[in-house]
Amino acid sequence: MSNPRIHLALRMGDNSLILSQQNSKWCGHAPTLEEDIALANVSLDLMGHAQMWLEFAAEVEDEGRNADTLAFFRDTEEFRNSLLVERPNVDFATTLMRQYLFDAWHLEQLLLLSQSSDTLVAEISQKALVEVRYHRERSQSLVIRLGDGTIDSHNRMQEALNALWSYFGSFFEDSKDDEMLFDLQTSPMPSSLYPRVLEQLNQDSVLSTLKIPESEFWQKGAVQGHHTENLGYILAEMQYLQRTYPNSKW
Amino acid sequence: MYAQEVKSTGSKPKSLSSMSAKEKAFQEKIDRGQRIEPKDWMPEGYRRTLLRQMGQHAHSEIVGQLPEGNWISRAPTLERKTILLAKVQDEAGHGLYLYSAAETLGKSRDEMTKELLSGRAKYSSIFNYPTLNWADMGAVGWLVDGAAIMNQVPLQRTSYGPYARAMVRICKEESFHQRQGFDIMMKMSFGSKKQKAMAQDSLNRFWYPSLMMFGPSDSESVHSAQSMAWKIKINFNDELRQKFVDQTAPQAEYLGLTIPDEKLKWNEKTEQYDYSEPNWEEFFEVISGNGPCNTERLAARNKAWDDGEWFRDGLLANSTKNQNSQIAAE
Ligand SMILES: [Fe+2]
Ligand SMILES: [Fe+2]
Ligand SMILES: [Fe+2]
Repeated sequence: MSNPRIHLALRMGDNSLILSQQNSKWCGHAPTLEEDIALANVSLDLMGHAQMWLEFAAEVEDEGRNADTLAFFRDTEEFRNSLLVERPNVDFATTLMRQYLFDAWHLEQLLLLSQSSDTLVAEISQKALVEVRYHRERSQSLVIRLGDGTIDSHNRMQEALNALWSYFGSFFEDSKDDEMLFDLQTSPMPSSLYPRVLEQLNQDSVLSTLKIPESEFWQKGAVQGHHTENLGYILAEMQYLQRTYPNSKW
Repeated sequence: MYAQEVKSTGSKPKSLSSMSAKEKAFQEKIDRGQRIEPKDWMPEGYRRTLLRQMGQHAHSEIVGQLPEGNWISRAPTLERKTILLAKVQDEAGHGLYLYSAAETLGKSRDEMTKELLSGRAKYSSIFNYPTLNWADMGAVGWLVDGAAIMNQVPLQRTSYGPYARAMVRICKEESFHQRQGFDIMMKMSFGSKKQKAMAQDSLNRFWYPSLMMFGPSDSESVHSAQSMAWKIKINFNDELRQKFVDQTAPQAEYLGLTIPDEKLKWNEKTEQYDYSEPNWEEFFEVISGNGPCNTERLAARNKAWDDGEWFRDGLLANSTKNQNSQIAAE
């Protein structure tokens, strides 16, 4: 896994995969039927993106693996998703805020990646972009309305934002691979996205009346495969059948 | 079926000669195969029976998300995960169409939801059984969606317009679900020994509960007679159950699986399969709340509703604020 393109593909694919996996657990349990359906849609889109990125990673790696083997047979230290997406669902406010922060990053990232000098990266990003624009609109609108809803909904969203904030920085952590990718004009330095994304969040906060935390002390380590404790449980559940009955066709 | 025990008025259908002029015109319209639309006059019994039936049907779709939802996070491949999630999402959509269709009869979705959550409204007994292995995702699609289709295809011709139209949309998706379920069954039945054992175990557990989906024999029931006169029920329960057995038995054979019924046999004379009745005592227990998962299923729906209250209230408060500020600006 030394090719930096693999690093980028895994970063993109794993973020989408893990967030999709987590969101999909709401199916049948969301606060309204419309929300149940909409969140499942987002999960389905993200699963589609994950498949494209992981397939791309497997092709570049060229060791006979595919998207499924990457998803079901890697352990935590090989995952490159940010710490934010692996935070537990907790409640709907946390789930929604996690989605909102992710979408804000994801959209900026895809806008830049769709201009990548790497045509495959650009192609996948352009495909995903159509859906992610909609994801961003949706979570933005919900966060604004709930922030400026009841006192209770405001407080819940603010608490969720505060609790997730230090993991948000995980999207902006640079690595050696990122420097190489940047030199090749494949992808931007992750840290360079922070001011652009923060600008978006600040604009939204005028309407949501939520306060963006000032701290920039971030939880780090995801780019080297150092995750939070929860990722182990997510993978244990997700990979259970493949691990218990290896070499089976499903 | 999804509506297994729909009590109608409790009396036999009236003869045309004993009907009022309005009732007679209504019945003749139905007899001519014309649709009843929300604005049309209808007997109170028709409206109430339909509401009960559509409510049960809608609730079944929603509670029906849970047994399969149970496996989304553990689906064995990304493709299977996507298909299953999309399927369970479809069921939420079915619930939504049906609640909307029922709302045209003057009862709100919130009211119907409250009836479900309090345990006053029924939903199909099948969803009170647990899903224990991955083959259950196959068996549910194959058998449960399969049984649902048996009932829902004729309901596309039901007399109430909004219900019939909802059924048309739903049936298209249900036949997808059944094919996807059968596809999982094939993979499991023709897979490793352990996979085949899971498939057989799943069929063993889901066979009789699937037969129960059609409801007890109703050829003598006054409720069914009235519903059939009104064309909100098209076939007798035994008729559909037989059709289901006749369709499913050869499929099980193709899969190399054994249906857990020693009496199951092709009957040359009747040209249909003989089969054993499910245990109706078990059915009545399950439908009245004592099945293996009734408590969990209702608890899950109640939790979703209760935990979501702040969310619904928040959105409502925001839209009220925006409306007020719009009015103020005008
Ligand atoms: Fe359905
Ligand atoms: Fe169904
Ligand atoms: Fe279905």
